Amino acid sequence: MNRKRLRKLVGKTGFGLLLSAIMLFTVFPFYYAILTSFKSGSELFKVDYWITTFNLENYQSVLGQSSFVSSIWNSILVSTSAVAIAMGFGLTAAYALGRVHFRGRGTVLMIVLGVSMFPQVAVLSGLFEVIRAFDLYNDPLSLVFSYTIFTLPFTVWVLTTFMRQLPKELEEAAIVDGASPVVTLFKVFIPLMGPAMATTGLLAFIAAWNEFLFALTFTLTDDQRTVPVAIALITGGSQHELPWGHLMAASVVVTVPLVVLVLIFQRRIVSGLTAGAVKG
Amino acid sequence: MACVELKKINKTFGNIEIIQSVDLRVEDGEFVVFVGPSGCGKSTLLRLIAGLEEPTAGDIEIAGEVVTDLSPKERGVGMVFQSYALYPHMSVYENIAFGLKLDKANKGKVREWVEKTAEILQLTSLLQRKPRELSGGQRQRVAIGRAMAREPQIMLFDEPLSNLDASLRVQMRTEIAKLHDRLQSTMIYVTHDQVEAMTLADKIVVLNGGHIEQIGTPFELYETPASLFVAGFIGSPKMNLIPAIVKATSPGKSVDVEICGMGTVTVERDASHMDDGTEMTVGLRPEHTRLSLSGPDSGLEVVNVEYLGNEAYVYLEMPGMNELVVVRESVPCQIRAGQRVTLNADPERLHVFDADGHSLPRVGLRKEEDSVQQIASH
Repeated sequence: MNRKRLRKLVGKTGFGLLLSAIMLFTVFPFYYAILTSFKSGSELFKVDYWITTFNLENYQSVLGQSSFVSSIWNSILVSTSAVAIAMGFGLTAAYALGRVHFRGRGTVLMIVLGVSMFPQVAVLSGLFEVIRAFDLYNDPLSLVFSYTIFTLPFTVWVLTTFMRQLPKELEEAAIVDGASPVVTLFKVFIPLMGPAMATTGLLAFIAAWNEFLFALTFTLTDDQRTVPVAIALITGGSQHELPWGHLMAASVVVTVPLVVLVLIFQRRIVSGLTAGAVKG
Repeated sequence: MACVELKKINKTFGNIEIIQSVDLRVEDGEFVVFVGPSGCGKSTLLRLIAGLEEPTAGDIEIAGEVVTDLSPKERGVGMVFQSYALYPHMSVYENIAFGLKLDKANKGKVREWVEKTAEILQLTSLLQRKPRELSGGQRQRVAIGRAMAREPQIMLFDEPLSNLDASLRVQMRTEIAKLHDRLQSTMIYVTHDQVEAMTLADKIVVLNGGHIEQIGTPFELYETPASLFVAGFIGSPKMNLIPAIVKATSPGKSVDVEICGMGTVTVERDASHMDDGTEMTVGLRPEHTRLSLSGPDSGLEVVNVEYLGNEAYVYLEMPGMNELVVVRESVPCQIRAGQRVTLNADPERLHVFDADGHSLPRVGLRKEEDSVQQIASH
């Protein structure tokens, strides 16, 4: 009896310790970035674990640069457009791949999956030529274009899986009610796909927001850059000086929107929305 | 309101023939029940009528028009699914209104129709609820409401009560019967539950292995099953099917049958196509038999007696048969397990089937009708 209790206690403590270790491991870098962003000058190189100074100077100077502000706008534009386009194509493709029986459906799905396996570097030069041909070089639209290409396979695949899980009777009920496939998709399926759309949309957004290689390659001037590149290119007064304060402030500024988005959508990433459709 | 006609309908999935050349006519305003064991094709047949499946061959006509290539909506059918299939994100009102709105009916009209439907189905107080906030019976009523809101020519039910518990099922059964009386629309109903079939149907279609075994009123199916399959399927407890041998035939008049364990009985059936000594089957309903105690050396042994309160079932062991013979006795029942009894039955009440499982035609047909009428008015 006592041993059983002891084992339970040890188990609980072990679980708690593991959890704290993981928490520390994941959250600490961001926490330290926030900490550092409030410091300036030589304070930067003092190791603190708590907020000792509260100085918004770094934020002021980072947000004072018009190129950085425009890069934030670029990032927002590029990420939201890429997500919106990927969702539009993804949902319609998922309807076809998930609900319509046609020859070669499996093959199409495998090709879609195969495309997502290409490393970015492998297609970089080819894509560069395409973007030059479309005259999109040094334009955020080039990034919308390329990010859509890279998020679509994932979006299609995940949405197809979700779409397949929706009960067949629901679709048949809509058909009997006289709904066309488009109406069925938009009025019946999409409202039920909320969690799936939130999940895929969020992941696609984060991928687009953080993307670096394409953003670096396809843009040239500071006012066309997106945030990851802009941060990487922040330089100090001399070649040997890294402006840590500015870097950290910029990182915090661009991470906060993501955190907020996740917090908003995590409520929607709860399944059980289909409860009551069929017997339950 | 319309009649439905199936002409030589065939349906195959891959190499499997689900429906084999089915011909059927459903009259205007009729309540027809498709019944049969699972996998007999009854749901497929319903989906063919609905337009959710395409027949491999044959034509479907509704109200005299060929509708084989039309969509469910163009056919004017409403359907209730086994799993209800309500739109979970819509309220009861929106669920019922969905089809109406797609019809481009104007808003006032939609509201009027939905409210009328809700009133018939006693859903008025639930209109703003979501399906997940409803009980099984309420969900089923919403499903029915959605199917009938557009006033379809034909209402189709695919095992609508099988997800409900027993008492609710009885209640909904009555409500569906009332609904049919009220709407007078053509209804086709699929079930594997013979009680639902017997109580609801104007006409029952018994399906087996993709073909129609028999079409008839509940009374006809019960009293004059056309085949061994129907005889065994309709009625609870099952009809006793006892092996027998043809002893002597007088063509066009009667046949003497030696029934295993019961001796020789003369039945008024035309067995002119059967030779003496041919094996056959005699069907005997548990409620059409009488038992009398016999001596210890004769008769059949009572294996078990089940007391059900309003009646008792006596199980007899019949030599040469794997299954026990069931006899219904009124209570209080004096018979105990281990006793020996003699099984008596009115020859009029016997069902006789040849070796192929077809019922032998009755000879005294007029007489039969008289007794039929009597029982019916009973």
